[in-house]
Amino acid sequence: MNSSSGASAGSRAPLQGTRVVELGWAAAGPLVGTYLAMHGADVIHLESSTALDPFRSTYPPFKDNMPGPDRAAMFSFYNAGKRGVTLDLKQPAAVALALRLIAMADVVIESFPAGTLARRGLGLDVLRATRPELVILSSCNQGQTGPHAQHPGYGSQLTALAGFTQLLGDPERTPVILYGPYIDYIAVGYGVVAILAALDRRARTGEGCVIDLSQYEAGLQFMAPALLEYEANGTVPTRAGNRDRVAVPHGVYPTSEPDSWIALSVWDDAEWVRLREALGDPEWSRDADLAVADGRRGREPWIDERIAEWSRRQPRAGAVARLRSHGLRAAPVETVGELFDDPQLVHRRAWRTASHPVIGDVRLMAAPFLLSDADQGPDRPGPTLGRHTEEVFRGIVGLDADEYRALEAAGVFK
Amino acid sequence: MLGGLRVVEIPGNDIWGAAAVGHCGRILADLGADVVKAEPPAGDPVRSVPPFVGERADPDRGLLWIALNANKRGVVLEPADEVARARLLSDADVVLQPTLVVDPAAADPRLILVTLTPYGTSGPLARTPASDLEVTASSGSLWLAGEPGGAPVRTTLPQSPFWTGMYAAAGALLAVIARRSTGRGQHVDVSGQQSMVTVHPPAAVFADVAREEHMRLGPNLLGRSIVGARFRNIWPCADGHVSFAIQGGPIGRHTGRMLAAWMVERGMDAPRLRAVDWETFDNRTLSQADVDLLEAEVGAFLNTLTKREFFEGVIVRNMLGYPVADAADIYADEQLLARAFWQDVSIDGTTLSFPGGFALFDGERPGIRRPPPTLGEHTAAVLNEVRSVPAGTARTR
Repeated sequence: MNSSSGASAGSRAPLQGTRVVELGWAAAGPLVGTYLAMHGADVIHLESSTALDPFRSTYPPFKDNMPGPDRAAMFSFYNAGKRGVTLDLKQPAAVALALRLIAMADVVIESFPAGTLARRGLGLDVLRATRPELVILSSCNQGQTGPHAQHPGYGSQLTALAGFTQLLGDPERTPVILYGPYIDYIAVGYGVVAILAALDRRARTGEGCVIDLSQYEAGLQFMAPALLEYEANGTVPTRAGNRDRVAVPHGVYPTSEPDSWIALSVWDDAEWVRLREALGDPEWSRDADLAVADGRRGREPWIDERIAEWSRRQPRAGAVARLRSHGLRAAPVETVGELFDDPQLVHRRAWRTASHPVIGDVRLMAAPFLLSDADQGPDRPGPTLGRHTEEVFRGIVGLDADEYRALEAAGVFK
Repeated sequence: MLGGLRVVEIPGNDIWGAAAVGHCGRILADLGADVVKAEPPAGDPVRSVPPFVGERADPDRGLLWIALNANKRGVVLEPADEVARARLLSDADVVLQPTLVVDPAAADPRLILVTLTPYGTSGPLARTPASDLEVTASSGSLWLAGEPGGAPVRTTLPQSPFWTGMYAAAGALLAVIARRSTGRGQHVDVSGQQSMVTVHPPAAVFADVAREEHMRLGPNLLGRSIVGARFRNIWPCADGHVSFAIQGGPIGRHTGRMLAAWMVERGMDAPRLRAVDWETFDNRTLSQADVDLLEAEVGAFLNTLTKREFFEGVIVRNMLGYPVADAADIYADEQLLARAFWQDVSIDGTTLSFPGGFALFDGERPGIRRPPPTLGEHTAAVLNEVRSVPAGTARTR
């Protein structure tokens, strides 16, 4: 254990003994299970080779750039710490087996478009009849009800529907994208919170819970102040580059290195004085108008240019160190590749390396919170296709060898 | 859901930390915890953040303050009143704090202490100050947004306090669950930087496995191609912008086929889109030149549609794509109205339609039970409650 984790000998994972069955693909459902697996839950990811997860089939990167379900790094990353089984749910025998597994579970996570599982004979009524104390999370684009419930969607575009894209970029230009399916990860976090709250209630009352999580509505939680601004004042908030309502200056500045930037913000007039000191008290900064925030706000583009004249002469690390040594808020704009060696993230064990049987060594992402008295993963990559099918259906569900082989021959485990 | 869980929030004196703590508390409060914010006499610093209801600066009218602090009670603790502070903390299951105000080593062993800081409470940046901009810069997510060649850009509505607060709520609940079997509380050390690292996993996977560094490309998507092509995802339309991309997989191919048909319906010429065999279309192997030719037709068509026409069109055709919505569009969205997402809340004499709870639990959406507290609104009531609990009484939860 690294010194940053205070977990003591004899700690255990909070969800040890909790079994989760997960049906879903891509990011928004499966990553919920990954966070539970990181904290000790036995998460069984149920999929089928007859309808592959796009993260196995469509989305790069693949090992050596050659597509293949077990060569897909995205699947491995998003399903770390789980066991994987295959079942062809178009077959009634497979549905019966899925229900036998679910009858032994505490949590079911599903993230197909509303109604998909019901058509397979795994609707909520069936699941609850099988095991009333189940905690069931249904996570989909727009929620289980309403006129758009059936609409398929990807997180990268739902991010636009929920208003985030409108708030990103130069006000005079086309907005830019928030990288990836940004809103999916908001829904993932809220999905984890919802399941944990329901498990806590179940421990106190014995009651199960059905959770209907609309990824859209979850995302709008992070938009609440902008929504309320429109509601209260009739103002439609829009993107403002790197400007801030309070801090001034507040920007991203170039350094002496190619495509290399620093972030810097000044939150009050005392910090402005410290910025002047850090920059060597240049002539332009002594203007009395700039001593107060309102004065600086009126000339913000001009101030930004002056700061950039200074920053362009500094290497990134030197600029940040100097600004921080004056107690200012400043940081390098790190590339994603740099994050693996970022000393602070290394200290917190934000990345874990694990060996994938096909892809080789891969990095997995830990939770952004450290628990002082609990074990935390992840410690293994996502499963290869069908890796644990026999182990789970014989070891947990209790099929004997002959039953298993007969079902396998009938194509149930595809 | 969390009935009986007692949470105390310490906002501190920094906007970023107070916002992250506030969002975590708001989530727990929505789920039914009894959340008490313990403010200094000057108030939570988030109270001073603009904009304000009616553009009137007032500690109870800030919209960030309002968004983060519904469903809580508030007390004011005088710095000198150690007794009141100790009483309040001794009655809590969970304490949320933006710095190590309460030392984990000295805390009651049953207490769950959650500390939300920009970088974490230990390590080389443990005491380094940061706001949303620097936290985002340190996480790789700032790097990934903006125009190529221009400066990286952040979301105008600060996002990192929301992310950090959300993960803190997850960590707090894991500690609540663990305490049931161990009898012990623990310290939950939440990092803003690390929270923002979680918002772009594909870029990390590309960097790790393909040794490929993704970067900002304006409105274009990376990560769909094995030959390095980019696909445009944000397009000008008649009255704003829409989000649409040429995609693969069954739904992506359906989307392309429907778009080509839609263009023909509207009398637009689309020779290249019509020539695509959507049964076998594979976006992963398209060259950039092929993508550019297809996108020229897509762009010309999308430019003729309003956001609303586009939205209605993708819904009826079951296509992928959405408008780039603003706050006005979101309040008008029929899906949110049908799911009773909004809830009227009276704030300082103004009724606001508030975004509702983040999920439905057994068909019910957690509601706004009370508006945010005015400064010190519940000081007497809360301190009387905690004083009435004899010292050393076992917690019932």
